[in-house]
Amino acid sequence: MTTAFSESVGIALRVNGEPVSARVEARRHLIDFLRLDLGLTGAHAGCEHGVCGACTVQVDGLIVRGCLMLAVQADGCDVWTIEGQSDTGAIRDLQDAFIARNALQCGFCTPGMLAACADLLAHDPAPSRAVIREHISGNYCRCTGYEAIVDAVEQVAARRGASPRAAE
Amino acid sequence: MTLNLSDLDRPNSYIGRTVPRPNAARLVEGRGQYVDDIVLPRMVHVAFYRSPYAHARIGAIETEAAAKVPGVLRIFTGADVAAICTPWVAVLAHLKGLKSAPQHAIAVERATWVGEPVVAVVAQTRAAAEDGVAALSVRFEPLPVVADMETALAPETPLIHPELGDNLVFHRLHEKGEVDAAFASAAHVVEATFHTGRHTGVCMEPRSILASYSRPENQLTVHHSTQAPHMMQTIFAKHLDLPEGNVRVICGDVGGSYGIKVHVYPDEMAVAAIAKAMARPVKFVADRLESFASDIHARDHRIKGRMGVDGEGRIVALEIDDLTGIGPYSVYPRTSAIEGNQVVNLCGGPYDFQTYRAQTTVVLQNKTPTCQYRAVGHPIATAVTEGLVDLAAEAAGLDPAEIRRRNLVADDAYPYTSAANMRFEGLSHHASLEKLLKLMDYDALRAEQATLRKQGIHRGIGLASFIELTNPSPFMYGIGGARISAQDGCTVRMDPDGSVVALSGVTEQGQGTDTILAQVVAEGVGVPIDRVRVITGDTQVTPYGGGTWASRGAGIGGEAALQAGLALRESILTIAAAMLQAEAGSLDVVAGEIVDKATGQARMPLAELGRIVYFRGDTLPKGLPRELVATRHFITSDYPFAFTNGAQASLVEVDVETGFVRLLKHWCVEDCGRIINPQLVDEQIRGGIVQGIGGALYEHCLYSEDGQLMTANMADYLVPMAAEMPDMVIGHVETPTRESLLGAKGAGEAGTAGAPAAIMNAINDALKPFSTRVAAMPFTPERILAALGTVPARRL
Repeated sequence: MTTAFSESVGIALRVNGEPVSARVEARRHLIDFLRLDLGLTGAHAGCEHGVCGACTVQVDGLIVRGCLMLAVQADGCDVWTIEGQSDTGAIRDLQDAFIARNALQCGFCTPGMLAACADLLAHDPAPSRAVIREHISGNYCRCTGYEAIVDAVEQVAARRGASPRAAE
Repeated sequence: MTLNLSDLDRPNSYIGRTVPRPNAARLVEGRGQYVDDIVLPRMVHVAFYRSPYAHARIGAIETEAAAKVPGVLRIFTGADVAAICTPWVAVLAHLKGLKSAPQHAIAVERATWVGEPVVAVVAQTRAAAEDGVAALSVRFEPLPVVADMETALAPETPLIHPELGDNLVFHRLHEKGEVDAAFASAAHVVEATFHTGRHTGVCMEPRSILASYSRPENQLTVHHSTQAPHMMQTIFAKHLDLPEGNVRVICGDVGGSYGIKVHVYPDEMAVAAIAKAMARPVKFVADRLESFASDIHARDHRIKGRMGVDGEGRIVALEIDDLTGIGPYSVYPRTSAIEGNQVVNLCGGPYDFQTYRAQTTVVLQNKTPTCQYRAVGHPIATAVTEGLVDLAAEAAGLDPAEIRRRNLVADDAYPYTSAANMRFEGLSHHASLEKLLKLMDYDALRAEQATLRKQGIHRGIGLASFIELTNPSPFMYGIGGARISAQDGCTVRMDPDGSVVALSGVTEQGQGTDTILAQVVAEGVGVPIDRVRVITGDTQVTPYGGGTWASRGAGIGGEAALQAGLALRESILTIAAAMLQAEAGSLDVVAGEIVDKATGQARMPLAELGRIVYFRGDTLPKGLPRELVATRHFITSDYPFAFTNGAQASLVEVDVETGFVRLLKHWCVEDCGRIINPQLVDEQIRGGIVQGIGGALYEHCLYSEDGQLMTANMADYLVPMAAEMPDMVIGHVETPTRESLLGAKGAGEAGTAGAPAAIMNAINDALKPFSTRVAAMPFTPERILAALGTVPARRL
């Protein structure tokens, strides 16, 4: 409301490998910047208080909640969204496993869920079902009951293990 | 034309097979298009000032400061919107005595729950609209609050709508047989009082609407996250004074619905009204706090139940007294009395007895309105029935499985009319139960339970048989005067390249409707599934229909699609016969080719037939019918619903020190008739079970005594997360309905219907050594510890 809050700030970052520079309101969240300013609507705003995980994106290699990070905080960062990850094929095997196992229904949580699953597999190539469940427990899914997601991640871990070249 | 659907090796067969969902490829790449992803030129945004009081008179609304906020364009009060949008009263004629008060899109004079829209601010951006809301000043005069449904009808309780005369919305008493005499003759009578917690759907995509109005065309176009686009078309037209044909409702990707998005919401009506007033696109996407306070809630019931059994443990009588609070208005247009009505209809449903007394009392409260949410009334009726059956088993000295064997309606007894006068077509309770017991290895689990109990580990096994109401006929809403279609249609069209487009009135919200329609059409016409494109969710394009609710997508929409597909195949064969100088009956369409039926020999690809029909029609005989398009509609006619059935079991471990319940495993055997896509059915059931688990263990809309919602965000309102969920074993019995060629019933409610009962019974089974039990959902650690006497019991 006050003038200080409506001040805009110049930022320069990379999003999905492409350079982006913009002036954003200081209060603008990263998820709103991606969705509203860049038209990258893959990640979703589900709760805007950091609980549901639908807005999860990758910033400098770490998964973050797009609703808990301001766009100005991403100045100078390397941001990847589901669109970029799809285009590079970085998580193609995971996406294929989600399709094959029907690990999504409405698809709204899916980009954030995939980000969380990809992050897990990047750090733990052979997670147990319990570890998978634990790791995705920051991401709501109201449709699937989670089991299909756990199955899909398990399958990808097994396949990557069987064929080391396929591992990202 | 007949389809031998039991033979999976038939040519071009898709019905009964797991095929991946074509729309999933788009969704995993983040290329879905939900309402909030759509941007239109000159689009503006709405934010609502919502009542901070559960009940208050609205005084002066100061808008001057808000109007000066940069980006704010217009401000609409209740009176402003009332000039554009007429109010509604949600009643149904066949629910005798049901009453409600006129409800406005934005509250006029009085706010009746925390979260009711009071003022709408329109601005260039949502952020600016919220700034505008923050700058508003509204004077309220708080009024007495009706929060407790138990005292809502007490003489000293204030009236929410004085013109109604009382806070009673609906009362129904159903009686069959000599109930008192039966109870008097019973060897054992058991009774209990159950509570089901008020909860809500928590769709991941919040309610979303983008309405635009073209003044020169008098045309309203609404992108809407809804389950019933045609119903909404009718309602927008009626209340905004537009010809129905001038309203187009489009629903693309919908991020979860579960019944939450099949209702008319005041804020959404206000958005459409504002679009009409401003003649430009207006977007509203609820934020999560708004969702908790304004999405419909459900299942706020207190049920007293009593069951009598004879010396052999056979049920001789059942009595149910259901009380439910629905908030300040019956929700339009389905009404908020349906849930209580379903409890009366469904209690005792799986069991063979004819002596039944049940009543439901539906009262007003100053809380968020309640209405239909996934498996309407089912989890309540199932928990009450199955809880009483377990109590009766204990009284009669029977194992829970055995008492069910003795009482479930025999699988060869159909058609069977239940004590609630529900007419069942063909259910399979015994086959389902036996399959369930085998799947879970019941006897081994019981033995393991006994061993572990000696070690101080308290595991419980809970069983629940259930029925599920799907594929509703006009007896659900139509006869009550609601313009909610029980029939649905499908148009199937072949294009010149031999590909097929199917347009259906049912909708896709993630269940896989588009996929099963593609499967059915591919098989019906005789083309590979990748040559079928399904279009749903556009009232200007698809046949008029009911949309997707009560698990009607496969059973109603699927049958219409099958019949349309078969009709197109007949048209194709008529044309092919003329071209090939053969009898139509000697030809068939398989995998996109005209083939000789007897030999299977290929005669002509469909693309060639398409080329001739569309571009060289001059070469075809004069007068040859050449419509490569067919439309069929379907409605159930012999039964008011397609009832399905099943049985669930839950294995839990109760930590008697902390009160925590750990879910170890869950089983469900369900009979949804013809299974079109096994994987999609299983996943509907799994997702449903987890929503049922939410109601049983975590989810609760808690209010303070003055009507403040205390669980108004995702941090306070718990839903099941992956780490606490068990793996789920799903099995099937397949009894196709004879109402349709396809034979499909619904599968969407089953998981939710049975899970809470199975979990409750499992917890109480685990608590048996302590001679205590729980009957108020959700079964929080506190409530379990209270039952164990470890902590004092709090008022519910």
